[in-house]
Amino acid sequence: MLIADGTAGWSWNPVADLQQMWAFPFMVNAFRAGAIVAVLAGVIGWYMVLRRQSFAGHTLSTVAFPGAAGATLAGVGAVYGYFAFCVGAALVIAAVPRAGRESGGGEEAAVTGTIQAFLLGAGFLFIALYKGFLGGVNALLFGSFLGITTTQVQVLAVVAAAVLLVLAVVGRPLLFASVDPAVAAARGVPVRLLSTVFLVVLGAATAATSQITGALLVFALLVMPAATAQNLTARPVHGIAASVVIALAVTWTSLAVAYYSPYPIGFWVTTFAFAAYAASWGARLVHERLGRAPDRGAAAAGGAPAWTSGSVL
Amino acid sequence: MTVLALGWPGALGHPFFLHAVLAGAAIAAASGMVGYFLVLRAQVFTGDALSHMAFTGSLAALAAGIDLRLGLYAATIAVALLLGTLSRSGRADDVAIGNVFAWITGLGAFFLTRYSTSGGADNAGAGVRVLFGSIFGMSAGQAGTAAAVAAGVCGLVLAAFRPLLFASVDEAVAAARGVPVGLLGYGFLALVGVTAAEATQAVGSLLLLGLLAAPAGAAQRLTETPGRAFALSTVLAVAEMWGGLSLSYAVPKMPPSFAIMALATAVYAAAFAVGGWRRRAPRLAPA
Repeated sequence: MLIADGTAGWSWNPVADLQQMWAFPFMVNAFRAGAIVAVLAGVIGWYMVLRRQSFAGHTLSTVAFPGAAGATLAGVGAVYGYFAFCVGAALVIAAVPRAGRESGGGEEAAVTGTIQAFLLGAGFLFIALYKGFLGGVNALLFGSFLGITTTQVQVLAVVAAAVLLVLAVVGRPLLFASVDPAVAAARGVPVRLLSTVFLVVLGAATAATSQITGALLVFALLVMPAATAQNLTARPVHGIAASVVIALAVTWTSLAVAYYSPYPIGFWVTTFAFAAYAASWGARLVHERLGRAPDRGAAAAGGAPAWTSGSVL
Repeated sequence: MTVLALGWPGALGHPFFLHAVLAGAAIAAASGMVGYFLVLRAQVFTGDALSHMAFTGSLAALAAGIDLRLGLYAATIAVALLLGTLSRSGRADDVAIGNVFAWITGLGAFFLTRYSTSGGADNAGAGVRVLFGSIFGMSAGQAGTAAAVAAGVCGLVLAAFRPLLFASVDEAVAAARGVPVGLLGYGFLALVGVTAAEATQAVGSLLLLGLLAAPAGAAQRLTETPGRAFALSTVLAVAEMWGGLSLSYAVPKMPPSFAIMALATAVYAAAFAVGGWRRRAPRLAPA
């Protein structure tokens, strides 16, 4: 069961295990990349969950797959494909008017779903055209941490720094616009522009992240730590910090476990993240039963923290 | 289109194409009907979750060494009912759905590894087949079963059309008038599960969302009358399926799943343009 290329299984000595694991440059790179990705996904994901844009986030992350496949077919670096497709799809989704919201958001969802299916189909076409690439499909979709180069880590760091910088600048108005778009717009906050900026930033973050976790599982890292954090605390700064810490813990644990197991990293990331989410639900329920919940009214109203209730959807 | 249609008599001589045309039409009709209500009820994200479940369900069945379709149907229907239960209690929003299905996708990766490491080169392609479909690989028996199941779905949707439409458009009033809203919601989700399992065999679990969302979205852009939109959604889905199949037959390099999705997206984009123009037109008229 426990096979990793050329290494012995794990011992009961964690220090020796870590030393042995980090003797491989690719593992060191994987941990570095994992840390960057976790911080990025933790912060962006928190806003995504707050804005109830999980479906858009999911679509942007799956779009990374045709991007990478297309770039491989065209003979350029997969990185360019990731970014071109993710940011491009973000702009398309942002261009669709959100007016459908009043009618339950059915149309926006239909557009998003169609874009997603079409681009995934395009990815399949690229693969069909590029013979012999078939084995790479699973790596593109489900991630592989074995081949991360130092250059990739550097690119990732630059993208992450840029994304976090943008978020630092628009963070406060974006929070306002997410919590109460109508009031924010009335106060002169450019809600529409912020929404577009956020989607583009989300696209860039998913493009960076999918190189590590695979296109289908970025979404897990975006949504789960953030949802867990929002179960634990309603305060923005605490929530973002908790989201980042959870994402980091999940990513590093998954890397260590995946190193010793034959199963893909994506499986471990989703499983640990889901366990944390389920635990946060349990903790919250216990808290509410004991009657010590900080905002019982909001919890009863549907699980959103008090200051998000009745705002975004 | 006419050029492609001329190729049909020859194409229909191939059993694989005949099977694809028959099963594809039934699957597309079911997807178009169910998709109409999915868009109307704003449950597209649920459809997305079911498509991921279809992936995990089929690979779990393969890894366990049983018929793929067994896992497909069992998994999608079970999750459909689970999602129905979660939303009934008013707790499951898109975040909860997203969490559950992100984990399910990870589980799918687990089963894929189990299955592909157990049987060598032939098994390694299984994931790709499940994800992207293989409608040209259907046998007569498979096509017959798919058509029969899809016909059943279509019959049920048609039978429940009026109360389901009422419950979708105005749930509160429908409930007050004695329409069994909760039961209809469950029944509908179960039908979506069956349709998802059906469509997975044709276009793959990753692309079935397009078959569910695109024709319905286009139809609702083009007309606001429910009955017409419903019919149009069904017709569009079947036409896109057949068009995609012939396109793929004419251009062998193009996988059928891609051709169907490309056509569906093009029709949706066109409907967007036309519908947008039509909706603006009356506002200009009085001035």
